Amino acid sequence: MITLEHYLFLGAIIFTLGVLGIFLNKKNLIIILMSIELILLSVNINFIAFSAYINDISGQIFAMLTLTVAAAEAAIGLAILVVFFRNLGSIEVNKINQLKG
Amino acid sequence: MLNNIYNIFFIPEIFLACSSFVCLLFGLFLKKNAFRQTSNLAVFVLLLTILLVYNDSESNFANYKSLFSHSSFINFFKILALLGSIASIIISKDYFLGIKLKNFEIPVLFLFSTLGMMLMIASNNLMSMYLAIELQSLSLYVAAAIKRDSISSAESGVKYFILGALSSGILLYGFSLIYGFTGSMNFDDISFYLSKYDNLNLGLIFGLVFVMVGLAFKVSAVPFHMWTPDVYEGAPNSITGFFAIVPKIAAVALIYRFCLVPFENFYLEWSQIILFLSIASMFLGAIAAIAQSNIKRLLAYSSIGHIGYILIALVAANDDGIKAASIYMFSYMIMNVAIFAILLSLKVKNEYLINISDLKGLSKSNPIVSLSISIIMLSMAGIPPFIGFFGKFYVFIAAIEQELYVLSVLGVLASVISAFYYLRIIKIMYFDESKSEGIINFQISFQSKIILSLSLFLIICFIFYPSLLINISASLTI
Repeated sequence: MITLEHYLFLGAIIFTLGVLGIFLNKKNLIIILMSIELILLSVNINFIAFSAYINDISGQIFAMLTLTVAAAEAAIGLAILVVFFRNLGSIEVNKINQLKG
Repeated sequence: MLNNIYNIFFIPEIFLACSSFVCLLFGLFLKKNAFRQTSNLAVFVLLLTILLVYNDSESNFANYKSLFSHSSFINFFKILALLGSIASIIISKDYFLGIKLKNFEIPVLFLFSTLGMMLMIASNNLMSMYLAIELQSLSLYVAAAIKRDSISSAESGVKYFILGALSSGILLYGFSLIYGFTGSMNFDDISFYLSKYDNLNLGLIFGLVFVMVGLAFKVSAVPFHMWTPDVYEGAPNSITGFFAIVPKIAAVALIYRFCLVPFENFYLEWSQIILFLSIASMFLGAIAAIAQSNIKRLLAYSSIGHIGYILIALVAANDDGIKAASIYMFSYMIMNVAIFAILLSLKVKNEYLINISDLKGLSKSNPIVSLSISIIMLSMAGIPPFIGFFGKFYVFIAAIEQELYVLSVLGVLASVISAFYYLRIIKIMYFDESKSEGIINFQISFQSKIILSLSLFLIICFIFYPSLLINISASLTI
């Protein structure tokens, strides 16, 4: 029997993976974009599980809106990535170090 | 009722959304001077929106407390955000023309993010709150990276995007927990549900902490401030001006409403988090700014410090706190408009001024400009006759009313430390010798001159008639 806890646990694991993916990754900005998507999707799992559990539709509506926003965010993220790549010729995370002080 | 259907266009947000699209098309079809004309149109649209917000009635259908709410506090902050974005569009026009960044999209982006901020301030539901935050920040990510041929602008865009998206994700995770454990997304329903309990359960505490972390990113409170100095430094100066002036107003209003509406009965839970954020921001803002040589980084740390003081008023959580926060936010906006109006018109050897050391000898070549900078710096430090003093004064009054003595003493200490770097700028302008004189020149357009003199007038003359703003802010209800 799959209960609410299982879904919440899955959501928490995916969320943690997403956050770790942002902080531990040294290579590539694309991986960061993927991690951000993971975070948003884990939230969707939470919303839908809660929505089914308490019999309330608004969680599912929120999940649809989150999907839309995630797509917009990915589009803008990729656009900024392209600008960055054109200037630097690389998308390594280590290269993001021009600004500091 | 039927002939009232057009009244929908008199709802300020809907008006602003439609006019933003009109501005976009307007800029697209113009052949010449697209940037200048679109900016003028954007300023005009924002002025009309202020009128609409001022006349907005509680009876219109968008204000039924399901998705958006309506109160004097919300209207005050909306008008403040609109005024800030008008001022920053006007003062940045010549700068953009000066660095040949004439994309007409820039004022349109500002319009969209202002729309997001208005929705953010008014939101009364987790769903509308999230969508408004995203509308605001997606426009700002693009604005930060708008100078496409510059490495630092692209890098600031990347940094802002990654940390902003992470913070939205964390915020959203908190929303999902709050939704799951209370069964509702509406602020009033959450408040009603929670009023039945004495303490929060574990899931709600987690949700509250996650949301607070996300909001702290948005107001750039320590320890979630690391994007601020880098983004401020990398983005073009006028975009930095917009970042410093406007989004802070909306984010502060949002954090106030979020703490005081759904979680009003759980003061102990959220006040600890806000207390820590406030103390850490005040001290980091004061200490880290001392070592800066880039004036934009200095202003970034200064804004982190100011956020700390505003959060003191939130910890106080009484009517005085709301009053203090609105006065402080007003003074913060005025001071930043003034300093950026000056920064965006100062040129050193045909480059816009960035390093603080370039201000050497300004008092000889431009006595009036250096006097104005000194007045703004003294006001930011909170020295009495100027407006900045009143902001800090009412914040500390609110804290003392609530018997938060330690917090107010720490606030005064941080304020003394931060006076050091404000005064250092004055010292550099007046007492340091420059090797080659007459290199700094100050060119300002007529419109930004009006904005600059108006804000300087408010900074200096606020003391003669403070009761106007104080009475308004004392009557605000959340």
